[in-house]
Amino acid sequence: MANTSKAYVATGLSKALPPPLNTTGVIGWIRQNLFRTWFDGALTLFALYLIVVILMPSIDWIVVTASFEGMSRAECRAVGKGACWAFIGERLDQFVYGFYPLEERWRVNLAGLLLLITLVPLVFDKVPGRMYLFGYGLLYPAIAYFLLTGGFVLPEVDTQLFGGIMLTILVGITGITFSLPLGILLALARRSDMIFISVMAVAFIEFIRGVPLITLLFVASSMLNYFFPPGTSFDLLVRVLIMVTLFSAGYIAETVRGGLQAIPNGQQEAADALGLGYWQSVSLIILPQALKIAIPGIVNIFIGLFKDTTLVSIIGLLDPIGIGRAALSDIKWAGLSTEVYLFVALFFFVCCFAMSRYSMYLERKLHTGYKR
Amino acid sequence: MKLKYTLVALGMVAFGASSAVASTLDDVKAHGMLKCGISTGVPGFAFTDENGNWQGFDPAICQAVAAAVLGDSSKVEYTPTTGKTRFTTLASGEIDMLARNTTWTFSRDVDLKFTFAGVNYYDGQGFLVPSSLGVSSAKDLNGSSVCIQTGTTTELNLAEYFRLNNVSYEPVPIETNEEARANYMAGRCDVYTTDASGLAASRSTFENPSEHVILPEIISKEPLGPLVRHGDDQWADIVRWVLNVLIIADEKGVTGAQAQEVAAGPDPELDRILGTEGAYGAMLGLDRDWAVRALNANGNYGEIFAKYIGEETLVGLARGLNAQWTQGGILYAPPFR
Ligand SMILES: N[C@@H](CCC(=O)N[C@@H](CS)C(=O)NCC(=O)O)C(=O)O
Repeated sequence: MANTSKAYVATGLSKALPPPLNTTGVIGWIRQNLFRTWFDGALTLFALYLIVVILMPSIDWIVVTASFEGMSRAECRAVGKGACWAFIGERLDQFVYGFYPLEERWRVNLAGLLLLITLVPLVFDKVPGRMYLFGYGLLYPAIAYFLLTGGFVLPEVDTQLFGGIMLTILVGITGITFSLPLGILLALARRSDMIFISVMAVAFIEFIRGVPLITLLFVASSMLNYFFPPGTSFDLLVRVLIMVTLFSAGYIAETVRGGLQAIPNGQQEAADALGLGYWQSVSLIILPQALKIAIPGIVNIFIGLFKDTTLVSIIGLLDPIGIGRAALSDIKWAGLSTEVYLFVALFFFVCCFAMSRYSMYLERKLHTGYKR
Repeated sequence: MKLKYTLVALGMVAFGASSAVASTLDDVKAHGMLKCGISTGVPGFAFTDENGNWQGFDPAICQAVAAAVLGDSSKVEYTPTTGKTRFTTLASGEIDMLARNTTWTFSRDVDLKFTFAGVNYYDGQGFLVPSSLGVSSAKDLNGSSVCIQTGTTTELNLAEYFRLNNVSYEPVPIETNEEARANYMAGRCDVYTTDASGLAASRSTFENPSEHVILPEIISKEPLGPLVRHGDDQWADIVRWVLNVLIIADEKGVTGAQAQEVAAGPDPELDRILGTEGAYGAMLGLDRDWAVRALNANGNYGEIFAKYIGEETLVGLARGLNAQWTQGGILYAPPFR
């Protein structure tokens, strides 16, 4: 019965062995994520194949063999077989400013810079004087209007000369800023107890949603003229801005109404119990919650609106695509449509991606209570 | 189609009712700018240069009219229009004249109520195909897909021609020349059909023009010219005679640069045109030198042709039908007296 018969007694936990080699490090990661099952493996190989077949030649065309020099397509092609970016380079000014007079372009730049300042309080919560910056944001449209069209001391610039990215941003931003308040009012009106107001709102919203934007733009460009006495031509761009704003307001209204409906009745009742009036309860209790819910939908509409601005080229305003189309007809450069469309696509992607990121940031920031 | 015409007609009624008061000439002078509709872009015919100025065979007419009326060929506001939007844009008064590869037809003249000021290019509809398709006649195009611009005579001609010849096809409707070109290049359609001049212009932009052929068939008459609304004959006369003056100067071999010198020369017709004899400008509601300025803008018809679409350019069109009647063509302006 002696204890000594036991050959080995562990005195503590033995050191953990390293995991098997093929589950760690690069190899492990690859196995885990790319080749976990045979199906994953097949997908991975297929994706790799696609990358090689599609991406590599594209990169080759866009960057490696691309040419950045030359004054015409022929000269450009002589330098490199790939994309000819010299064309975009030569016409960059047109893509950005349209036909805005050369000497006055600083005004567009300034307006752009001032626009960036209005965005500051939206993105950074903690900037000093945030309230003043918001106030400035409200004034901005008037400032921009003055800067871009001129008057007083500045020479006047015909809106006919607006074009390119500047026009897109102008139409986009105007539509976005004015349609939001209008849309909210429409949504409230639609839910109003006052029958006249709600019927009007319903009629308006349903009309807007029933008609394609292109039709409205067409009405703005041609039909409206019939109703005014000749000679009193009121600016085509202004007509377009109004139509775009009304159009997107109709959609915003429905999104906001969705948000409003998600707020339980108790909230309204509690507000009533506190003795808050209609506007107080709406602005302090209901809207802050409803808008928070509606943010993804609203931003969605904004992104759509931004891209829809390209439709203005059908009624003779030159958005970046219209500028490209006209430039592509210059026989010196003709035929480089891929470059133009890629460039315009990149611009829209950057803008829309930024907007969607901002909306995600907002959602996260405002995600105070429950998550839906 | 029907609806569009009705809308245009409705608009004309409304517009006509209210526009009887002011003349287009007065409007243009008051505005200080000529509002001119052009195409969205066809190589040689309308394009923007590196400075952002519209140029080409069609804008040149606008520029000549602006020079005659306003004294400055740069005083033009251009509105690019597509095949579909051009007529509504003109009918609504958004533009004062349209110079955009537009065919003079009965229904446009009579039903849509426009006045064609003349013809600045005698054209016809043709077909562009890749040589690899291996066809040599439009009648061999059975079963092909055809890129075609909507709202054009091209669309209607094609349907008729293929029906008569029992050719079945699949139309690929497209808004603008540039998109049609891009679609054709990408192989979305086997055939691109439009006015032969437009086809030549498009082909000149291809990397390998020799890989594409324009088929021998010309299936229609397409007299292209500038047009204005019905109801203002004075304005129509101005546009018509600016065009005629460009053509007559070409016939007489007077270039834009020479216009000043020959103004008091021995040729009485030129003297009348250029304002040294009679008061023809005043009859149009213009001043004495209107024609000199119109000619100075881009030169005479022949110079404009040569500069933008002639054989020296990449578009490379021969004068052909558009040569003067004295040179075997059918370009024939009425006498100026
Ligand atoms: N002549 C025909 C066709 C005119 C037409 O659309 N032509 C094309 C190609 S030559 C064009 O001008 N396109 C210009 C554009 O897409 O803006 C018509 O008047 O209906």
